[in-house]
Amino acid sequence: MAALTAAAWILGAVHAVAAGPPADALARMRARGTLRWGGDMQGGEPFVFQDPQDGRLVGFEVEIADALARRLGLTAEFVQNDWSMLIPSLERGDFDVAMNGLEVTDARRGRVAFSRPYYVFTETLVVRRGDRGAETLGDLRGRRVGTLEASLAFDLLAAVPGIDVVRYEGVEEPYLDLERRRLDAVLLDNIIATRYGLPRRALQAAGTFGEGTYAIAFRPDEPELATAVDGALAAMMQAGELRRILERWKLWDARQASLGDAARPAGAADPARTLAGFHVGLFLRGAAVTVVISTLAMCLAILGGLVLSLTRRYGARAARAAATAYIEVMRGTPVLLQLYVIYFGLAPILTLDAFTAAVLGLGLNYAAYEAELYRAGLEAVPVGQTEAALALGMSRGLALRRIILPQALRVALPGIANDFIALLKDSSLVSVITVVELTKQMTITAVDVRGWLGPGLLCAALYLAMSYPLSRLARRLERRLAPAPA
Amino acid sequence: MNDDAVLCVRGLRTELGGRPVLAGVDLEAARGKVLAVVGTSGAGKTTLLRALNYLTPFQAGEVVVAGLRLRPGMCERADAAALRAVRQKVGMVFQSFHLFPHLTALANVVEAPRRVLGLAADAAEARARALLDRVGLAAHADAMPQTLSGGQQQRVAIARALAMEPVVLLLDEPTSALDPRLTADVLAVVSDLTTAGQTMVVVTHVVGFARRVADHVAVLAGGRIVEHGPPEEVLERPRAAETRAWLGEG
Repeated sequence: MAALTAAAWILGAVHAVAAGPPADALARMRARGTLRWGGDMQGGEPFVFQDPQDGRLVGFEVEIADALARRLGLTAEFVQNDWSMLIPSLERGDFDVAMNGLEVTDARRGRVAFSRPYYVFTETLVVRRGDRGAETLGDLRGRRVGTLEASLAFDLLAAVPGIDVVRYEGVEEPYLDLERRRLDAVLLDNIIATRYGLPRRALQAAGTFGEGTYAIAFRPDEPELATAVDGALAAMMQAGELRRILERWKLWDARQASLGDAARPAGAADPARTLAGFHVGLFLRGAAVTVVISTLAMCLAILGGLVLSLTRRYGARAARAAATAYIEVMRGTPVLLQLYVIYFGLAPILTLDAFTAAVLGLGLNYAAYEAELYRAGLEAVPVGQTEAALALGMSRGLALRRIILPQALRVALPGIANDFIALLKDSSLVSVITVVELTKQMTITAVDVRGWLGPGLLCAALYLAMSYPLSRLARRLERRLAPAPA
Repeated sequence: MNDDAVLCVRGLRTELGGRPVLAGVDLEAARGKVLAVVGTSGAGKTTLLRALNYLTPFQAGEVVVAGLRLRPGMCERADAAALRAVRQKVGMVFQSFHLFPHLTALANVVEAPRRVLGLAADAAEARARALLDRVGLAAHADAMPQTLSGGQQQRVAIARALAMEPVVLLLDEPTSALDPRLTADVLAVVSDLTTAGQTMVVVTHVVGFARRVADHVAVLAGGRIVEHGPPEEVLERPRAAETRAWLGEG
């Protein structure tokens, strides 16, 4: 009976998925009474963010959504979604429309339908105060320039060969790195530059480039929704409501005058891109970065872990307490947070480049785990071994080095090999501090070819190719080094 | 202290968790002789032996060995140099051997002369091979300890201790972990060492073994030496009740 119920439930679920959203999205929304719109609060002021006073959701896009919904006879309902995943989530049907500073780029036009624009922006190039010689994009050749992924600015920069483009996921971090001289310039929408870059006293605007628009994204098979929203937007413009909203947020400028005439962006033919040979090359380079970072971090972890475990076992009281505290803190907090602290948090005191910070962050974190493995290894060596060494007149240091540690290492070695496998995979976290390693390369390529399956499988295959020999090695070590009767 | 004594113990007291184990032990080992410390299990024989190179600390009394003195309350860290000096003169063969499992038989024997005495690699190896040959294990030099029989491991342990050319060799129950057949091998090695003039202190609870190897027998009971003398006296005409009890048990 239970099995039958379960089967019916599964069939029902499959049916629901297969049926998908009803043909008329607008009718469905009217029945529901809400306009569900997706955005990311982390995008911050002035788009969509929580009012620091009362935690209420505010921002010029919140007001546009409310106004649109009212004109459509609906209530606006915000759906929080990671910004870089707004389009895939829209396609999945998590919300009706996506609106969060989505720039109308060629890549996006090939994938979703856009409303007529609700904001016209330009790209502002920000440099350190006093830096000269970056008036045009061509001047940026050979320099490190930060921007957001999947942005018009990124497309502009990528079109100029020779610029070292560094990808960020947040709007605060590129300007911080520019201040700390980890970047030479930042190119981002003028809204972002005005709010996050130019308030920093060490930075200044070097010029503006190009023009782009923000628009609301729809699923391409729901034209009636796009038409209705477009109509509502046009009405808002005619009534001056959009202008009032933008003025309230100090966003209105001369460029917005063209909004009234701007037509809905045409859909672009989706150049069905597939994985090409050069992608494989990029993946291999990403894999090489993963291997190099993981290997260096593991060396650091192996040495650091040894120092920690020996300090904990033989050190003076204060040193023992410090080592114990270190191990507990490193094991008890997320490595992602540690990477952030080392790269961004320490920046005012110690400005590390991303690669060094990645090796250091992973190495210092794994050192705590290795220390525990050594501890288990040291505890597994019978006390008689120390006594036999001391009875031969060895010093404690000599006994440790020649007799105890070699035996402890045998016990710890399979675990260390297993940790190396874990580290290979954890190294994907360093993409948060702008390092492009294998997983990051996969997400970049997935955006590029508009699909996750191919890049995902290629990425998985490369990880497996790296970790499988290690796991074989770990198993062999476990067999070979099975504790010998002392 | 007798001029001939290379090892001299005076008033040795140890406690374990507040309970006295040795309650004032006096003992001498004469140069070139074998002293057997005998008694029932739990009499404190092993504790006494371990106190002789301070693996077990003692609370009162003293041990003088080869002119070096061990005092109560010494500390592994603070008195490291003094302890090392004594231990280089006092060889120890543990009841369960404690061979280094990650090293071959040869490397077990080479390790201390090479690293502690600073012998050149070839000199240390030559010494080790000669010793393995002497204990009848020349053919097993490259074997890992765990592949050897108990008797063979015992003999590697003896060679390892002898490689430091100790003034005194301590053996803790050398036959207890062995098959009775193998006792003869150990006995042969010990006899050979006696002939060569090696001073030894052997702890055993086996009457026969004591009778065969000892020049002098000391009976430990209740944390004290209750009787000592040549084996033909102590083992044949025991005076102390504790000795008679032990002999009756054996």
